[in-house]
Amino acid sequence: MKGADVIVIGGGLVGAAIAWGTARQGLGTLLLDEGDTALRASRGNFGLVWVQGKGLGCPEYAQWSLRSADRWADFAGDLMGETGIDVGHERPGGVLLNMSEDEEQANTTLLEQIRREAGNKPYEYEMMDHAQLRDLLPGIGADVVSGSYSPYDGHANPLYLLRALHTGFKAQGGRYLPGHRVESISSDGAGVTVSAAGTTFSAPKVVIAAGLATQALAAQVGLSVPMTPLHGQIIVTERTGSRLPMPTNLVRQTREGVMMLGYTVDDFGYDTATRPDRARNVALGALKAFPYLRDLRVVRSWAALRIMTADGFPIYDASDSHPGVYVATCHSGVTLAAVHALDVARWVAGEEAPADLERFSTRRFDVQEVA
Amino acid sequence: MNDSTPMHDSRVDLAIIGAGPAGLAAAITASGLGLTVSVLDEGRRPGGQIYRGIEDAPARGEQWMTLLGEDYARGLDLVKRFRASTAQYRPEHSVFDIAPDGGLGILGPDGAHWIEAERVLVATGAMERPVPLPGWTLPGVMGAGAAQTLLKSSALVPGARTVIAGSGPLVYLVARQMQTGGANLVAVLDTTPRANYRRAAPLLARAMLAGNEIRKGLAWRREVKKATPLFRTGVRNVHVEGVDAVEAVSFETGGGRGRVDCELVLLHEGIVPNTQLAMAAEADHDYDELQACWRPRLDAFGRSSAPGILVAGDGGGIAGADLAVEAGHLAALAVAADLERISHAEAVERGAAARAAIERKSALRRFLDTLYRPRDEVLAPSHDDTLVCRCEEVTAGELRQIAAMGCSGPNQAKAFTRCGMGPCQGRMCGLTAAAVLARAGGRSMAEVGHLRIRPPIKPITVGELAALDGVGPPPDAGPLLPTAPDEGTD
Amino acid sequence: MFKRLHDLRTPVSFEFEGETVTAEDGDTVAAALLAHGVRHVRDAVVSGRPRAPYCMIGACFECLVEIDGRPNRQACLTPVRAGMAVRRQSVAGGTPDGGAQ
Repeated sequence: MKGADVIVIGGGLVGAAIAWGTARQGLGTLLLDEGDTALRASRGNFGLVWVQGKGLGCPEYAQWSLRSADRWADFAGDLMGETGIDVGHERPGGVLLNMSEDEEQANTTLLEQIRREAGNKPYEYEMMDHAQLRDLLPGIGADVVSGSYSPYDGHANPLYLLRALHTGFKAQGGRYLPGHRVESISSDGAGVTVSAAGTTFSAPKVVIAAGLATQALAAQVGLSVPMTPLHGQIIVTERTGSRLPMPTNLVRQTREGVMMLGYTVDDFGYDTATRPDRARNVALGALKAFPYLRDLRVVRSWAALRIMTADGFPIYDASDSHPGVYVATCHSGVTLAAVHALDVARWVAGEEAPADLERFSTRRFDVQEVA
Repeated sequence: MNDSTPMHDSRVDLAIIGAGPAGLAAAITASGLGLTVSVLDEGRRPGGQIYRGIEDAPARGEQWMTLLGEDYARGLDLVKRFRASTAQYRPEHSVFDIAPDGGLGILGPDGAHWIEAERVLVATGAMERPVPLPGWTLPGVMGAGAAQTLLKSSALVPGARTVIAGSGPLVYLVARQMQTGGANLVAVLDTTPRANYRRAAPLLARAMLAGNEIRKGLAWRREVKKATPLFRTGVRNVHVEGVDAVEAVSFETGGGRGRVDCELVLLHEGIVPNTQLAMAAEADHDYDELQACWRPRLDAFGRSSAPGILVAGDGGGIAGADLAVEAGHLAALAVAADLERISHAEAVERGAAARAAIERKSALRRFLDTLYRPRDEVLAPSHDDTLVCRCEEVTAGELRQIAAMGCSGPNQAKAFTRCGMGPCQGRMCGLTAAAVLARAGGRSMAEVGHLRIRPPIKPITVGELAALDGVGPPPDAGPLLPTAPDEGTD
Repeated sequence: MFKRLHDLRTPVSFEFEGETVTAEDGDTVAAALLAHGVRHVRDAVVSGRPRAPYCMIGACFECLVEIDGRPNRQACLTPVRAGMAVRRQSVAGGTPDGGAQ
């Protein structure tokens, strides 16, 4: 039996952020991870730190995203200070592009509704027509009808973020064990026991942040976490000169200079193969938005399985039947990394839950079933 | 032969990728058995790397053929038989995507197409093993095989002070060709580890019985030794020195450290299979400890674990051009049998001679692999400053740093450091990065694993990909891509 | 750095960095540049250090040059054409459309 104060299951963006956070709280933290070919949604991440358009029907989610985006600069600074790794965070604002009148109509309605739901809380954006947008994003295509600009949005490098979280975690004295896929969780009066790769580990607290494996593990502690894998494909070009001043939902340029073109959303079950027609669609969509991408060479395409909870909002909860076991899962591991590392980690450490966290408990799914 | 008529919408029985010895032999056999065959070649003329420029060679005169040698001349007959076959030849076509069931994304002068084949034969041969050592990215450093490519395709020989450093039969073949061509070869530094001679010695007798290759190699070596001002064996710790380009090579032998001024350094530590396509098709690969490389797991006829994919030639494990011809022939028989053009018994019978030829050479292969297994410092450079990933400039030290953090394999290393993320997509660093991680963590290569290879396997522009045909039209109504940000990827 | 074994039979001229280079028809751009004594064809994207062709078979991507305004062309796979304008690829090859940022 090997002990720790907290065991975090899952070394992806969500688990690593929480583990870094608990280690910084002074808790002895053990991070259990799968091996080199784990599904790892972060590898297929587009890297947006994004607020705009999120949280229709759930103003708490809109505010949770905004809170994280607001805390991201400090979060990135802390990581830089502790690890020397620049995760490439920038917040120049971002643009949601409307490629047709229909899209314009739908997004206008969406953003207005979210703003209404925000009540007296801040929610800023500005709808821009093609000409206004051309000043903001020189070189946009004729097919771009309009777009909404929000100062809240930005981006970061998800891969460097994961590396920085792991590096910082180690620097804080955390213990990382790859190749340990967790099979079972149980608890007795003394604490929680986790078994992985033929070894058992125990701690007073365990956080399940295991991506797509979360559902099955959470069921072992009496929590229902409904989720599905979403197949998403992105394309990455070679580096090029600085061209795109801020991220958009279709294309963003990283600090290294590569253009990332996104993205598709499909339900192909657990198949992670890239699809040629989806790659074509991504290229075509990006090209319509920014015709200057035409001669850039594609160096990578990537398909990853992302997590979509039943209602699209994050899930944070604690088990009643297995005291000390927490679950944390969401779709937006980059955007929410700051609140995971700062707020969720504190909650796991025993401090008061952040405001509105109750809104993200699994109980909301029970209510829906009753209704 | 059916010369490059566009047939984008038709489905062929067998698509062959590569027009080297394995691909050409397979095309000849398969088309002879009535299969429809399409050969996709990156080059403009058939022959692959080994027979590069072969169709133009006779016109360059007898002296030219003598310089390149009888093994090269043998390619002429193969190319002629291929040209006479009914196989379709599609030059200047690269394959940027491959599906395990036989779908191929191809890019040619007329754009990008998705085609379907009942079976795909990957016959993409080998590449020189990257030789990561201090200074290997300086202008003036290239592969010995690269210099040979310049010789075959453009009749170029080094004009500057040149050093060849490395190990393997090609070192002496290239040195001899260069010297015959009048190159200024100032030094040959043979890096074959002395211990390898001891290990290989017991295998020598059987290897000599397998053919005259060893006698031929020894003769090359004698000639080269005589003609080279500085000839050293048992060389270790090769460094290339220079600021903006090569100025000198320094090295170690039993007698201490040596140094030679030069402008061109040709490195060579053997060749390794081109596994990008087979890996992209998700065929299982095993690490071959003796050849120190990954090779696809194949049956005796070249079938991989991916249902539609076969591999023949050096891409399935290094065996040389002659055996690549036999392997190509076997793969074609397998496809004919699997597509029910001949019986499986007939395939076995027709393939007997080829299999016997492969078996005959196995003792020679074992000897060569044992003798020329690269030393550990070539596989996993010990100097922290040595660049492993040339594209993104990731050093061995940086990889060791993340290994200490618990990084479990090359895929995580790629995500953390960008090692393997540049335009070469891990071709130059994949083996080395895994070896560095394996060494640092005290694990085997099989445990560490290899990079997952994703398309595009060959470069394609955004514009070319956007115009990809053969995958159904883009949606004409509704959004091309999701716009609801909640579904986005952040 | 390399010399030709034969005199040029079908000469083809193109430009590298504004200088005229004459090559044999059928040469690749990389072969032509090496025969012309050009060693430095691109700058590495991180350090900016000079780089030159390494593998000559399209695997290493060290020979990326700009040809007729299009960045990231593999010189070792691209045949020379009369009048083509080849440029050394500086860091990241400029902006994709040459546009100002």
